[in-house]
Amino acid sequence: MSLDSASKPARFTFHPLESYRRNPRQYTLLPFRFMRFGASRFVLVNEVGEFIFLDEEIFRAFATKGLSAELPTYLDLKAKHFLADETSSPLLDVLATKYRTKKSFLRGFTKLHLFVVTLRCDHSCHYCQVSRQSEDRAAFDMKPSTARMAVDLMLKTPAEAITMEFQGGEPLLNFPLIKFMVEYSEARNQDLGKRIDRVITTNLSKATPDILEYCRDHKIGLSTSLDGPEWLHNANRPRPGNDSYARVIENIALVRSIVGPGSVDALMTTTRRSLSHVRDIIDEYVARGFRSIFLRSISPYGFAVKTRGKTGYLTDEFLEFYREGLSYILELNRRGIEMTEIYAKILLTKILTPFPTSFTDLQSPAGLGIGAVVYNYDGDVYASDEARMLAEMKDKTFRLGNVHDDTYDAIFKSPRLRSMIAASVNESLPGCSDCAYQLYCGADPVFHHATQGDMMGHRPTSEFCRKNMAIINELLRYIESGDEAMMRIFWGWVYNRRLAEEASCPAK
Amino acid sequence: MSGEVIRRHTYGDARWSGDSVIGIASLSSQARDSDHIRVIRAGEKTASVSLEGYAALLTDVDLDGDGELGRAASGLPTIHKANQVEHINEGDILRLDFKKGFVKSLYRVGSPHNSIFATDRCNSNCLMCSQPPKDIDDSEMVAEHLRLVSLIPPTTQTLGISGGEPTLLGADLFRIIAACKEHLPVTRLHMLSNGRRFADREYAAGLAQLNHPDFMVGIPLYADVASHHDFVVQAHDAFDQTMVGFHNLARYDVRIEVRVVAHKQTYERLPRLAEFIYSNLPFVEHVAFMGLEMMGYTKTNLKTLWIDPVDYQDSLEQAVSGLALRGMNVSIYNHQLCLLRRPLWRFARKSISDFKNIYLEACQECAVLEECGGLFKSSEQIHSQHIHALSAADLTSPGFG
Repeated sequence: MSLDSASKPARFTFHPLESYRRNPRQYTLLPFRFMRFGASRFVLVNEVGEFIFLDEEIFRAFATKGLSAELPTYLDLKAKHFLADETSSPLLDVLATKYRTKKSFLRGFTKLHLFVVTLRCDHSCHYCQVSRQSEDRAAFDMKPSTARMAVDLMLKTPAEAITMEFQGGEPLLNFPLIKFMVEYSEARNQDLGKRIDRVITTNLSKATPDILEYCRDHKIGLSTSLDGPEWLHNANRPRPGNDSYARVIENIALVRSIVGPGSVDALMTTTRRSLSHVRDIIDEYVARGFRSIFLRSISPYGFAVKTRGKTGYLTDEFLEFYREGLSYILELNRRGIEMTEIYAKILLTKILTPFPTSFTDLQSPAGLGIGAVVYNYDGDVYASDEARMLAEMKDKTFRLGNVHDDTYDAIFKSPRLRSMIAASVNESLPGCSDCAYQLYCGADPVFHHATQGDMMGHRPTSEFCRKNMAIINELLRYIESGDEAMMRIFWGWVYNRRLAEEASCPAK
Repeated sequence: MSGEVIRRHTYGDARWSGDSVIGIASLSSQARDSDHIRVIRAGEKTASVSLEGYAALLTDVDLDGDGELGRAASGLPTIHKANQVEHINEGDILRLDFKKGFVKSLYRVGSPHNSIFATDRCNSNCLMCSQPPKDIDDSEMVAEHLRLVSLIPPTTQTLGISGGEPTLLGADLFRIIAACKEHLPVTRLHMLSNGRRFADREYAAGLAQLNHPDFMVGIPLYADVASHHDFVVQAHDAFDQTMVGFHNLARYDVRIEVRVVAHKQTYERLPRLAEFIYSNLPFVEHVAFMGLEMMGYTKTNLKTLWIDPVDYQDSLEQAVSGLALRGMNVSIYNHQLCLLRRPLWRFARKSISDFKNIYLEACQECAVLEECGGLFKSSEQIHSQHIHALSAADLTSPGFG
């Protein structure tokens, strides 16, 4: 060893980038799904929801293993786990962790528990699935003995954090039962230590200061219905006196003053009348101080099917309504008016983040029984709210049992529930298994059973598929455009961030 | 505030040939025990001074020419004729090396930048390493680290563990952290590691089991693809090991920070790296983007590494704002405000350790001098050509930045 090499240890020898590349000529494709995106591009989505847009030429080169390792696209594909160029990589374990994270909505089992405390209602909405104009409490109210059994069943769930949702009919018509269930679940939970959130879905027409003070004291949130401006809301939601709008507006203010400013959300249902008035509907939400709106299409259940001529419309008509609404909401945000579209927020969370959402209507497997469950006024247990509505049309396919007759195991581990869940794994459903948007979408056996007579359904004629494909496509188009101001809005929705929040953060 | 650099070592002549001594500097005669080193400055009244009980003596006085003090110090481990002792404060912790007459301040009272330099060894060889590793056997240093920890005042707010690569100490690293937990229960501990060792799940679990109440590890990641990261750290498989390490630490709830150095070999993919961090490491508590420190290998590899920060603002802004949009906690370290685009200012932190921190002549008139983190002392000669003083008018002009 010469003196020179001794004084210059190997430490000072640096190797070029080339010597750290793996085996670019032998890369393998990792699992992904793809679809044409516009005239000359493709969108690729992998098993954990990461996506990339590629020009057709590049995509072909990549798929036929002819992509040059020097191209930035090659590195992008590698970093996003679309290709691997080592024989075995510990990063596949990282990919497994990401997959578990995306599917972590399954952890803990049933988190959302809905209680139909009465079927009675003071409204007679055309699109309503189930409610009754009746004074017959005995026939349509949930009995305390049933309520107690239902809460006992709920508390058997392994989930650490659960939500109790009281609905109807109009649940405030049976408020004493809600109080009983709140207090009974509070008392029983002292030993269990679960986190229990509570919410009442109500038209608010029967809200009183007493009721609202109770909600405030027991931290119960409220969710109400607001279909748009007065004329539209009252047309959609008839009640004696035709004053649904006036009552809900007045009581939203009352809720905010008693329970708290952020304690009430509103949901809207789109009817045929709504179709050409999406801007008016959104403006109404802005005017009433709401910062989010859920542009919801009508469900093909209950009275909605019977009254289809009056309220119904084609999926394409709804999509036109939705696209215009979304574009208007983005315009509002650009002008500094905060408004989140909830369905877009749910999908964006699935598309842009490594995390799942808690939205049980768009999951694979679906939330039937394992994500959400419904306890009907008569003690019957259903796999979803839609399943319960279907039962009102004499189709009890999705009835899981009754709180008086069946054990937890008989209800939640039944072969019947298993077969529903099996029909909701879109990874294996025809038409979904190779769909690029599989990770972002879900499956809805109840919908397909109701509309196509088959839980798995037929994708080419499925309205569920048509609607979700179109909306996911629309969001990806926005994302692909790379408009920075719009991405700022989208991320703000995903993280519930106020528009001004990010910009006004003071220097530290 | 400019030019002044805090000294961390000094030299003198040893009057002793034994083992090195670690002790707390005592500038008066009050604390007198085997944990204290008496420091006497020239000019101090030393008539009838007693040095009995001290662990050692450090002075800039020439004891060979001072009969009385020389006699008082006889038999005491001593370094005299030190070229400077003014930088030493009461309570500083010193290491006196009698072989070389070398005096190092291991801990400086009141500084927020104290660190334990765990080892000189490293299993990587990063292109821009500011303290190039030395392949020496330093296994005996652990005893000194434990001694240091036992002397540090428990009121200390933060303490770093750095290197070299601390995890190369293996289980001895855990002894050091456990000692910190015992002696310094309220001191925040921040360790810098390349994270590779944590690919061993048991090692990650071992760290977590120490259950230190306020511990964070900062781990660098330089690219979203293995080849580019491995090139920067000059080590095969480093990226894979670090990535698995991140996940193992997260599995055991160890708090993690990611550190990214922006330079010519990393800047182009910074926006992609930011996306990669969010989608693969969303659990990290903080992401810091840093500038080059003109020390060690950085000078050797200057041609490979140097790019004027002004020329990577596009990438940096995309990366930083991309992470902020995604709800991540982001900072920019060691970048001068005059080089950063205005939207990035709120992420800039004054991060340079006090003993390395300077400002240029051009900075003196700057309107945001107080807010700016300045430069590394090592950047005095090599720095952006665009550093300039900002005027109050600059700050209010609408198109600024």
